[in-house]
Amino acid sequence: MSSPFVQSMLAAAETMPPAHKLLDAQRRERLQAFVEHGLPTTRREAWKYTSLRALEQRSFVAVDPDAPVEVDAAQWALPGVDGPRLVFVDGVFRAELSRLDALPAGLRLQPFAAPAEAKQATQDDMLAIYRQEIRRTRDADHAFTNLDLALARSGAILVVEQDAVLTQPIHLVFAGAPASQALAWHTRNMLLVESGARASVVEHHLGWGEQSYLSNAFSDIQVDRGGTLELIVLQQSAAKATLIRHTDCHLGAAATLRLHVLELGGGLVRHDLHARLAGEGARLDTRGVFMLRERQHVDTQLAIHHQAPNTASDSVWRGVADERARGVFRGAIKVAEGADGADAALSNKNLLLSAQAEIDTKPELEIYADEVKAAHGATIGQLDERALFYLRSRGIPLAEARALLTAAFCRAVLQDLPNEALREHLSTLLSERLPADEAA
Amino acid sequence: MLKIENLHARVEGKEILKGLTLSVKPGEVHAIMGPNGAGKSTLGNVLAGRDGYEVTAGSVSYGGVDLLALEPEERAAAGVFLALQYPVEIPGVNNTYFLRAALNAQRRHRGEPELDSMKFLKLVREKLKIMQISDELLHRAVNEGFSGGEKKRNEIFQMAVLEPSLAILDETDSGLDIDALKQVAEGVNALRSSERSFLVVTHYQRLLDYIVPDFVHVLADGRIVESGDRSLAQRLEQQGYAWLAEHGEPAGAAT
Repeated sequence: MSSPFVQSMLAAAETMPPAHKLLDAQRRERLQAFVEHGLPTTRREAWKYTSLRALEQRSFVAVDPDAPVEVDAAQWALPGVDGPRLVFVDGVFRAELSRLDALPAGLRLQPFAAPAEAKQATQDDMLAIYRQEIRRTRDADHAFTNLDLALARSGAILVVEQDAVLTQPIHLVFAGAPASQALAWHTRNMLLVESGARASVVEHHLGWGEQSYLSNAFSDIQVDRGGTLELIVLQQSAAKATLIRHTDCHLGAAATLRLHVLELGGGLVRHDLHARLAGEGARLDTRGVFMLRERQHVDTQLAIHHQAPNTASDSVWRGVADERARGVFRGAIKVAEGADGADAALSNKNLLLSAQAEIDTKPELEIYADEVKAAHGATIGQLDERALFYLRSRGIPLAEARALLTAAFCRAVLQDLPNEALREHLSTLLSERLPADEAA
Repeated sequence: MLKIENLHARVEGKEILKGLTLSVKPGEVHAIMGPNGAGKSTLGNVLAGRDGYEVTAGSVSYGGVDLLALEPEERAAAGVFLALQYPVEIPGVNNTYFLRAALNAQRRHRGEPELDSMKFLKLVREKLKIMQISDELLHRAVNEGFSGGEKKRNEIFQMAVLEPSLAILDETDSGLDIDALKQVAEGVNALRSSERSFLVVTHYQRLLDYIVPDFVHVLADGRIVESGDRSLAQRLEQQGYAWLAEHGEPAGAAT
């Protein structure tokens, strides 16, 4: 007998509109694979620190795309981010909340929808879907990838055309609205930056209220030769939400991807972030931080694969856990044979603010190439007592000193974010997440 | 007015201060000298309230208040300032921001209005005349990547801004070359006033050529074994601390 979770996903599949034949077959295949394997257990190395046993006993209801939702657009307003915007509420595209008029030249931005659902589906949609389908085969046993491919009904398609240089950041909003029952939705996104193009994108997950929805997202990111993508991921999901994301990045020759990730919300959060530096001279910078409290559980699995010569990656991740929260970070770097001259650096530092909090960090390094530079480090600790005393000896009260040091610890990941208004705002958000009795 | 009576203190279970008695009046500069391990740094840390220093007997009153009952930040607000022997680097906290947060926290504690950024910058500019540190250092993270001399100058600059009534300099001369030493001493001298007392803790007499003390005390084995004027420091310089043993002082101080 399958678990309540699996049963509810099967029920959701029944509500899917008849789609394109090719997709129908693909979707059925994926659904079967999902049912066959079920949710991963902690015996799987990649899920060692994140148990899905509670999730397995829960059931979710599929979203009715026609049900009215009440949301306040002010919730996702961000300083320094006022360009084009795509808004999804409960995984459903909302044109009336989006801003797609007067898109700059060189930008294609639209929701993805299964062609049978959206009659106006274009050739591009099909192309995007196809590309994703063929790439996914190696993830065939990943439960949530299968679920996404089987059940996704919407998502963002963003293409920055060759040599286009976009100055305004593009805002992708994924909101969870208050609801009377536990909803589940699956989105699939594709971001493509063509050769020589440049763009900045904010991927914004947010939710509010008491509902415990499941949001499952798969994002496919590709930066072609000489292109640059700056991606800021701001995660402010509802406190009881389950958020599962898989981000798959592919970098061509001399392509640059700069990533900033702030994990602030959610109850159970898992992010698989995989990047392939496939072209010579590709460069990836990742910066990330989680700041957790109560019983939050956030698990980030970073896997960087240097596949070409002279590729570079630099990763700086910070974690703070208070109360009974749990943070998990795995940073795996693999330098393939032939990727000579690769330069890979990863630093993960964590702070425990309470005796009940827990953080597990696991750096991994595999090198098969010559003349590789690799630096790797992970620490877990408490606030520096000497620094605390120094601040107090100058008159700063203990609680304020702790807040100051904790915020400074996290802000390290924002330092190189060029959008100043956004950087200031994110910095404030981090400070606000500090334990209430410690906020300055 | 600082009054230390029969102070005993332990660090990691080991008794370091063994009955130290000392009085400092407003405006006075007292030098505390002594061999390594005598308890010089312990004295500064106990007065500033650092964790891990356990007072087992004795008392310290400052301006009539029991200093030992106060938290470190309350002592700072009461006017006590400790210039650290090893100033701490604090990545991610801007030097100016830190100093303003400290000053305003002290002002809040004393019931005074906080300074806004304009007023604070005006104050900073004024204090830069006393202890010059570069604009670049002002805007960097606290002590991060500062040279030894820059760190010590930053301590004195903080002192200038915070305007304590009792400044304790814990081996501020250590690790400084003669030019840096002179600059630091000039900064300190500019801050001398009839309301501000100094406790200058040092191993070497050299600093006292530039910061001339009113009194010199010799600390050995956790107690003050000798007090005098600045000539005492010169005698120590000539004869070394071994002289104390011949002088018939506690065996623990002998080498």
